[in-house]
Amino acid sequence: MTQTVEHNTAADDEAGPRSPVIGPGHTYASVTDQISAIVLTRRTPKGWLIMFGVASVLLTIFMVSVFELLRKGTGVWGLNIPVGWAFDITNFVWWVGIGHAGTLISAILLLLRQEWRTSINRFAEAMTLFAVACAGMFPLLHLGRPWLFYWLMPYPNVMSLLPQFRSPLEWDVFAVSTYATVSALFWYVGLIPDLATLRDRTRSGIAQKVYGLLAMGWRGSAMHWHRYEVAYLLLAGLATPLVVSVHTVVSFDFAVSQVPGWHTTIFPPYFVAGAVFSGFAMVATLAIPIRWYYGLEDFITMRHLNNMAKVMLATGLIVIYGYSTEWFAAFYSGNVYEIAVVKNRFFGPYKLEYWALLLCNGLIPQLFWFHRFRTSIPVLFTVSIIINVGMWLERFIIIVTSLSRDYLPSSWDMFYPTIWDWGLYIGSIGLFLWLLLLFIRFLPMISVFEMRELVSRQRGHVAEGPSEAGGRIDKVDGLEGATA
Amino acid sequence: MKREPRVYGLLAEFPQPENLLAAATAARAAGYRRMDAYTPFPVHGLSEAIGFHTTRLPAIVLVGGIVGACLGFGLQYWYETQHYMMNVGGRPHNSWPSFVVITFETTILCAAISAVLGMLALNGLPQPYHPLFNVPSFELASRSHFFLCIEARDPKFDLDATRDFLEDLGPISIAVVPTGRVKPVRAGQGARAYPAAQPMAMAVDEATTTTIVTTTTTTATP
Repeated sequence: MTQTVEHNTAADDEAGPRSPVIGPGHTYASVTDQISAIVLTRRTPKGWLIMFGVASVLLTIFMVSVFELLRKGTGVWGLNIPVGWAFDITNFVWWVGIGHAGTLISAILLLLRQEWRTSINRFAEAMTLFAVACAGMFPLLHLGRPWLFYWLMPYPNVMSLLPQFRSPLEWDVFAVSTYATVSALFWYVGLIPDLATLRDRTRSGIAQKVYGLLAMGWRGSAMHWHRYEVAYLLLAGLATPLVVSVHTVVSFDFAVSQVPGWHTTIFPPYFVAGAVFSGFAMVATLAIPIRWYYGLEDFITMRHLNNMAKVMLATGLIVIYGYSTEWFAAFYSGNVYEIAVVKNRFFGPYKLEYWALLLCNGLIPQLFWFHRFRTSIPVLFTVSIIINVGMWLERFIIIVTSLSRDYLPSSWDMFYPTIWDWGLYIGSIGLFLWLLLLFIRFLPMISVFEMRELVSRQRGHVAEGPSEAGGRIDKVDGLEGATA
Repeated sequence: MKREPRVYGLLAEFPQPENLLAAATAARAAGYRRMDAYTPFPVHGLSEAIGFHTTRLPAIVLVGGIVGACLGFGLQYWYETQHYMMNVGGRPHNSWPSFVVITFETTILCAAISAVLGMLALNGLPQPYHPLFNVPSFELASRSHFFLCIEARDPKFDLDATRDFLEDLGPISIAVVPTGRVKPVRAGQGARAYPAAQPMAMAVDEATTTTIVTTTTTTATP
């Protein structure tokens, strides 16, 4: 029997298209136990506590910044006229974009039958949810009077007024709130069978009740699975156009206006690609340390990281194409304002940020052409952080450079962030990490039932007959996993 | 009277999806209709094997989507042409292209909500209590084992005959599922009490007939 063809212990170094998406020797029980042990272990790991402390400090910065904003108003930010949008909308677009990778991984790769998505989809979906939560903060806080946020929604009122349905900003309200709702539903539906697993595995009475309540009495009936799979597939099919529409609508916030540098038709595709680009960078940034800390190398293999690097390379190239189109269209149009925008970006007061953006998003990701760099963890981690920085700079450049040079030179002004701008931005990272850490501690960050399905499929690959059934399940106490 | 009133059904436990699939097919061929299979992950072909083919869910989602589209467009149309006519740049009141985005979003929203609620409603969830949870080994259904339950309401169900039938399918264990609420087994203990690698020879013995909740494995940890 040629059992070692694809199951060799060096799986971690292999990252080819046929290399396994799960470490060797795993059984239904071992994947279940190893993943649920992260949640069900009584002792909270020290590293988690340290990170949670850091996140809490950042979250406190966020809350202080929000408090200051509510106390004094948006004047605490560095905004002025003409730069009425700066960090707030930059952060909004940045966070929404990060969220998009989660939906791409969970929905689009599901429809494309990409098996390797299985071990990162849950985690990426949670990332989506929390990134959208962070994103939603910024337009709300930017309202000036955030406590009147419900004016954005159509509701019957004595003023007989509904929002302006022809405005892209109103479209954004619908797009982002729909996105948040559908992402939450998708995530929760995916969690139901795993919550049942936790309910059945936990030894704590309270945990059993909470997980039991959330699992809603899931018992893995074949009829239930049938409907579940139909529902999951339909949700994936609905989420796919939704995710494209969300960032398209976000780009409409700019593209539908008539500001030079914003008013361009390349924005929707270029924004969507940029969103996926930054989102995958964020998935890699988070997955690499988590995989290392929790010893999940068997589940998030080099093949996953390699594939993520490839997606970053591809979407990064689309983003570069977007930049080139902007340059070309500006000069080809002959429009003096459009040309001025491009020149201003290259040589204007924000030239440092612009060149940094081209370096981060354009040049450095080209390392991913090489297999050596795609499979090198330090390179992958560093480059993914650089891409995150680059994509933030991109939104900043688009928003601020276009606004700061108004049509009339007399109204030109520069934007300089204040400490509250930075506090809110850095604080929102704290909010994100805080939610993510709670998720990692209390819910399975890898979809357990899909991993079992993967184990089942891998059994099929090694052509193991059903006759030797019981034999595979001899690793009940497989908490150490196969690497031991 | 043959049928035990307090019995929900007979639950057979299998180590692999192939065994369960074969067993479900055999049970269906033997004329059993009221049965269900329980697995830790979706097993393809299993719902067909127990005689469950289609679901109305796609139709529910379609209706949800259509309702969402009508609500989304209807709201904007009504507001802009009937309720509060605003002249924005001389555009027509029914400037439908600018209504498309919100219509699209409400369509997706309502379709997604009906997919989730429809799935839960058709599955009869939430259902915190179910007779199957009385069987201690059933907690492995969310971990590593595969179960087939022939329900007592099946016209062909007979405690002895059905048990004999299930025994022939070579399960790890067979349990009688009581309908009443029995003392709950503390979770986690079951998993320890039923280590998966039980020899098949031990699988079935006479104990199954005498007690309400039983499987053949001992509760002592090895």
